[in-house]
Amino acid sequence: MSESLLPPVIVGAGPAGIRAAERLVAAGLRPVVVDEAARWGGQIYRQPPDGGFTRPKSALYGFEAGKADAVHRAMAAIRDRVDYRPRTLVWNCEAGALDLLSDGASETLPFSHLILATGATDRVLPFPGWTLPGVFTLGGSQVALKFQGCAVGRRVAFLGTGPLLYLVAYQYLKAGVEVAGVFDTTPFAAQARATAGMLRDPATLAKGLLFVGWLRAHGVPIHNGVRPVRAEGAERVDALVWRDARGQERRTSCDAVAFGLGLRSETQLADLAGCRFRFDEADRAWLPERDGAGRSSVAGVYLAGDGSGIAGADAAELAGERAALALLEDRGLPVEAARVKELDGRLARIAAFRRSLSAAFPFPADWADAIADDTMICRCEGITAGAVREVARSGQAREMNRAKALTRAGMGRCQGRMCSATTVELLSRTLGTGPDGVGRLRAQPPIKPLPVSAGAERREVA
Amino acid sequence: MRERIECDVAIVGGGIVGGSAALFLRQAGLSVTLLERDWCGAKASGVNFGGVRRQGRPLEQLPLSQRAHAIWGRLPELLGTDAEYIRSGHLKLARSEPDLASLIDYRERSQGFGLGLEIVTGEEFRRRWPALGDRAIGGSLCPEDGHANPRLVSPAFARAAARLGAVVREQTPVDRVEKDGDRFVLLSGDVLEVRARFLLNTAGAWSRRVAEAFGEPVPLESLHPNMAVTEPLPRFLDVNIGVEGGGVYGRQVPRGNMVVGGGRGFALDADRARPQRDAVLTLMRDAAELFPQLRHAHVIRCWTGVEGYTPDRNPIVGPSRTTPGLFHAFGFSGAGFQIGPGVGQTLAELVTTGGTPMPLEPFRIDRFTPTA
Repeated sequence: MSESLLPPVIVGAGPAGIRAAERLVAAGLRPVVVDEAARWGGQIYRQPPDGGFTRPKSALYGFEAGKADAVHRAMAAIRDRVDYRPRTLVWNCEAGALDLLSDGASETLPFSHLILATGATDRVLPFPGWTLPGVFTLGGSQVALKFQGCAVGRRVAFLGTGPLLYLVAYQYLKAGVEVAGVFDTTPFAAQARATAGMLRDPATLAKGLLFVGWLRAHGVPIHNGVRPVRAEGAERVDALVWRDARGQERRTSCDAVAFGLGLRSETQLADLAGCRFRFDEADRAWLPERDGAGRSSVAGVYLAGDGSGIAGADAAELAGERAALALLEDRGLPVEAARVKELDGRLARIAAFRRSLSAAFPFPADWADAIADDTMICRCEGITAGAVREVARSGQAREMNRAKALTRAGMGRCQGRMCSATTVELLSRTLGTGPDGVGRLRAQPPIKPLPVSAGAERREVA
Repeated sequence: MRERIECDVAIVGGGIVGGSAALFLRQAGLSVTLLERDWCGAKASGVNFGGVRRQGRPLEQLPLSQRAHAIWGRLPELLGTDAEYIRSGHLKLARSEPDLASLIDYRERSQGFGLGLEIVTGEEFRRRWPALGDRAIGGSLCPEDGHANPRLVSPAFARAAARLGAVVREQTPVDRVEKDGDRFVLLSGDVLEVRARFLLNTAGAWSRRVAEAFGEPVPLESLHPNMAVTEPLPRFLDVNIGVEGGGVYGRQVPRGNMVVGGGRGFALDADRARPQRDAVLTLMRDAAELFPQLRHAHVIRCWTGVEGYTPDRNPIVGPSRTTPGLFHAFGFSGAGFQIGPGVGQTLAELVTTGGTPMPLEPFRIDRFTPTA
């Protein structure tokens, strides 16, 4: 019984984690909120460093400022009723306890109930020149703006697909940066067709159209059906060479490229926690299973937000609260049935919308075929596309862990968090399977690099 | 429709022992079918520390180990890859006078096995390995020992065997094995039936089932050596390092990453294991003490594997005591990587000639059976 008395633990202080914490606090619990960042908000509503530059939220988040502010305030309001652990990395989950790293020391935190709101990072596929200085991910470009108050270049080309493509371009333009163009991999027709589905959520649709309209009104060229040819430059990128929808090769000068193909969930902790995974067609990824309330396959472990399937910040807020309600219910505490019903309804509508969103921004699967054999795909270990294709072609590797063992792709600092999307595509397309046919990398602790010195700096649980 | 394969030798387990046995049997012209439930060389053979070390082994293992040493020297010719094998030397450190004394004692006892051990202490020790911290007072160097990349070596044996015509079936668990007259019969689901005159049980931690099927129960226990690797660091260490009395071991790979091992992981189930937090943190602390260069480095990954251990930490190698034509080789107790190809060659020899000059008495499968 004493186990059930442990305070709930929430990993991640983004929209999902904050709304979960808020709901638990309202029920009289004092959750532990562990977050890697110095300030709450997550990636999407990331705050500038304390005492750094000051920019109004309207400039930092644009149309999203109101939501960002609400999420920030929600956390501020419960700040003294949660055990908040900023600047803390969860590096392992084992046998009902998390291992935390903060201020160089490791600490083991047992839990009976755990909400994983671990968020997402950019999904990228390489193209020739992608390792040139000046080429950034979309998410990275956005973080530079929100967190460091700087732009990745003076004249930036935005490439890829996904809602972030237009959002970040808009935010850059708004910050006074020249946008060299938006290079969308999605054919125009596909987008127009999918827009019909999006009418289920007119607000989000309006926002998306607003970005596009706003960019056009400011003279930003928007190209559909694009594929990258290469990023050019000697010391750093000075042009993006691309192929238009008619197959014409074109060149746009720029001093930075921001690119991404949607987001990918950070699932390593769910894996270490023992959650069962399933392949998700929409996200083109293996995701931890969760029911509508956010319960995983492991009792006491809940999943909320983009960390277990990409649905965006609004859904994350709802899912965070919903997971907290499930947790409360499982602890035998009263929950308001009407609120549960309302959240379930709204989450179901978002799920439907999300399906049309992935139709509007389809993953450009053929991109992987154009990656030249000598293009580096794993930057940590310097592994080329050709090396991965070779172990597939020669029959040595028919799944991800084997490809990793034989080529080292995914063995470096990032442990495959950045490159495995590429390895999946290269392997599966060489083998002629779908992306679900080559398995997924097994998570191993530490999920991010752990200082060796932490071994001598163990803190007892407070 | 169940596929049927008739062959001379069936091998259960595609690790470094089974893979090398398959290779040497094919070289001798026998037909071979190798069945592997996972991928060849993906278990303990492929995820071990990568030390290619004779020094420190019990003396009774040294003949097999020397035989293996000769095979390691021919890797490119046998496998078509050097698998990052380097004869860097293996340096076993002493942290105290008694530890140094036992290293000297081992050198005396192992004279005549060809290890060429060299005890280095004091000024010369500091001069030759200035990168090692103050923790060690000296060590014993085995100049021709070294290290290799197990992920590359172990699968390569089965692959080389396949190139010579061995039938290698991965993702093929053996569900039933029995002897029918003078033939062994192996079944994998209702997909595959293999019939063979000889059977090699080289299934590592999973070997017990095959042994038990022929009335040879063994006290085999699965344990999980704990390992970690750092990000690449400037080169500071050319030798493979062990420590007298155990604890921690380490090697720096050509790319610069430092691989260290020590302590034990835990079992997730019969097939899978994970590093254990206390073992990981203790390993990091001990490794940083031994290698001061690691103090500002990061561990990027920890891992472990599933390995079969015997009570006396010697492997089981040799003929079955119940069933003619069956040979066992498993239970290497965390030290099978270097010796593996020597054992594989010996198994091939047993099958083809009916005997071997290798002394296998200490590795009899029935040595644990309580005498009635």
